[in-house]
Amino acid sequence: MTDTTTTGPLKRTPLRDVHVKAGAKMVPFGGWDMPVQYTGIIEEHRAVRRAVGLFDISHMGEFEIQGKDALAIVQRLTTNDAAALQVGQVQYSLLCYPEGGIVDDLTLYRLGDEHFMLTVNAANIDKDWRWVTEHGQGAARWRNVSEETALLALQGPKAEGLVQRLADTDVTRVLYYHFLRGKVAGMPAIISRTGYTGEDGFELYIPAGQAERLWYALMEAGKADGIRPVGLGARDTLRLEMKFALYGNDIDQTTNPLEAGLGWVVKPAKGEFIGREAIEAIRAAGVKRKLVGFEMTERAVPRHDYRLLKDGAEAGVVTSGSFGPAVEKYIGIGYVKADLAAVGTELDVEIRTQAYPARVVKTPFYPSKAKKS
Amino acid sequence: MSKIPAELRYTKEHEWAKVEGDRVRIGITAFAQEQLGDVVFVELPKVGAKVAAMKTFGVVESVKAVSDLFAPVSGEILEANAALTRKPETVNTDPYGQGWMIVVKMANPKELDALMSAADYEKLIAGAGH
Repeated sequence: MTDTTTTGPLKRTPLRDVHVKAGAKMVPFGGWDMPVQYTGIIEEHRAVRRAVGLFDISHMGEFEIQGKDALAIVQRLTTNDAAALQVGQVQYSLLCYPEGGIVDDLTLYRLGDEHFMLTVNAANIDKDWRWVTEHGQGAARWRNVSEETALLALQGPKAEGLVQRLADTDVTRVLYYHFLRGKVAGMPAIISRTGYTGEDGFELYIPAGQAERLWYALMEAGKADGIRPVGLGARDTLRLEMKFALYGNDIDQTTNPLEAGLGWVVKPAKGEFIGREAIEAIRAAGVKRKLVGFEMTERAVPRHDYRLLKDGAEAGVVTSGSFGPAVEKYIGIGYVKADLAAVGTELDVEIRTQAYPARVVKTPFYPSKAKKS
Repeated sequence: MSKIPAELRYTKEHEWAKVEGDRVRIGITAFAQEQLGDVVFVELPKVGAKVAAMKTFGVVESVKAVSDLFAPVSGEILEANAALTRKPETVNTDPYGQGWMIVVKMANPKELDALMSAADYEKLIAGAGH
């Protein structure tokens, strides 16, 4: 929970004081002073699955690139095929090192023919900014708009109705991984049908100065829906139930996209990009380990860095784990040797020197409710 | 902040101890469960096991954290609260009641003198607040 990777004063989102006033428990996360919970992680998690939750994720970074070479530069930097993106579409993608390790995962927005936005992880903003500006040069201009941009996520079955009531445009026609520009509660926003929870919902990009007004407008308008502010604790358990990777836990410089199960966002057919050769070599040789989801068959909580064993021998490592509040099971994800990755494989998790049984299961752990059509 | 029962004794690790004759019932305080957040797992020793004063006797885990449990006194485990296996959240909802963890047969009642009074414990958590 605590974060010792960064020193110096913690950064604050435009909503930091709103969280404190709401009684949130604040923790350092990736160099930011963030709410881990307001009332309780489990209650907040269930509010998102059953109704609607509001998240401040303004700590995330946004970079824009605009100009004649914008597409070519994005294609060189990212693994997915940005040329396949229409204006108004969003794509999950990766930045990779030449050796195939992952710099960061991101969502890519095509704002215009020659205009893209990359949304990156908060803890990686500085590293990513250096990376894209160093390796992404050409006839296009990069802008780091992280500080001037606030980002609110509204997730859950009641999210669509709530945003619709406040929007000046028909948001019901925005498909999954698409966005449009409109006003929400009178404030100009990028209304993006994306999220990190497995629920239907939106992410709203707004000018930082409007964040507080929009936060309170959504909280007020969502009262009858049972809206709850949701902290990073539940954001983590929600994404875990979907087996969405978290950078720094499940993926990092030492993991490649193929073993992480992210081969679907690596498109070598599109042409050259950083990491392509290395990833293709890994694909040809076959991955040595795979990121799998498992559930404990006896009560025990798997956690990051615990060892995975098979008949007492080293089998892999847990990268994320918790009690899953909606599935009501103790679940985890981790890397295991490729021959131990099949669904149904019995493993053990080493917890405080004792082996607790677990089984590889199909993922996501919780069925996605994202509006995919 | 919830009320701190005056009749209990406390450790600086946020366990409470309730003397019941030569036995001591043990749990964690309301302050401790608030700090932990939602408790999802409690690991307790078996009946008959021995515990030593201010040594760990078990583990409590919330969604975000793993914390050791420290025995206020030494002795033999007479009871362990099996209900917490199925309903660990009882530690959050009723920390001084149904959320009790173990009952110990005291080996050395003098150890009680080393524990804090409710007033001293209140001072401790006032200084450790969030």
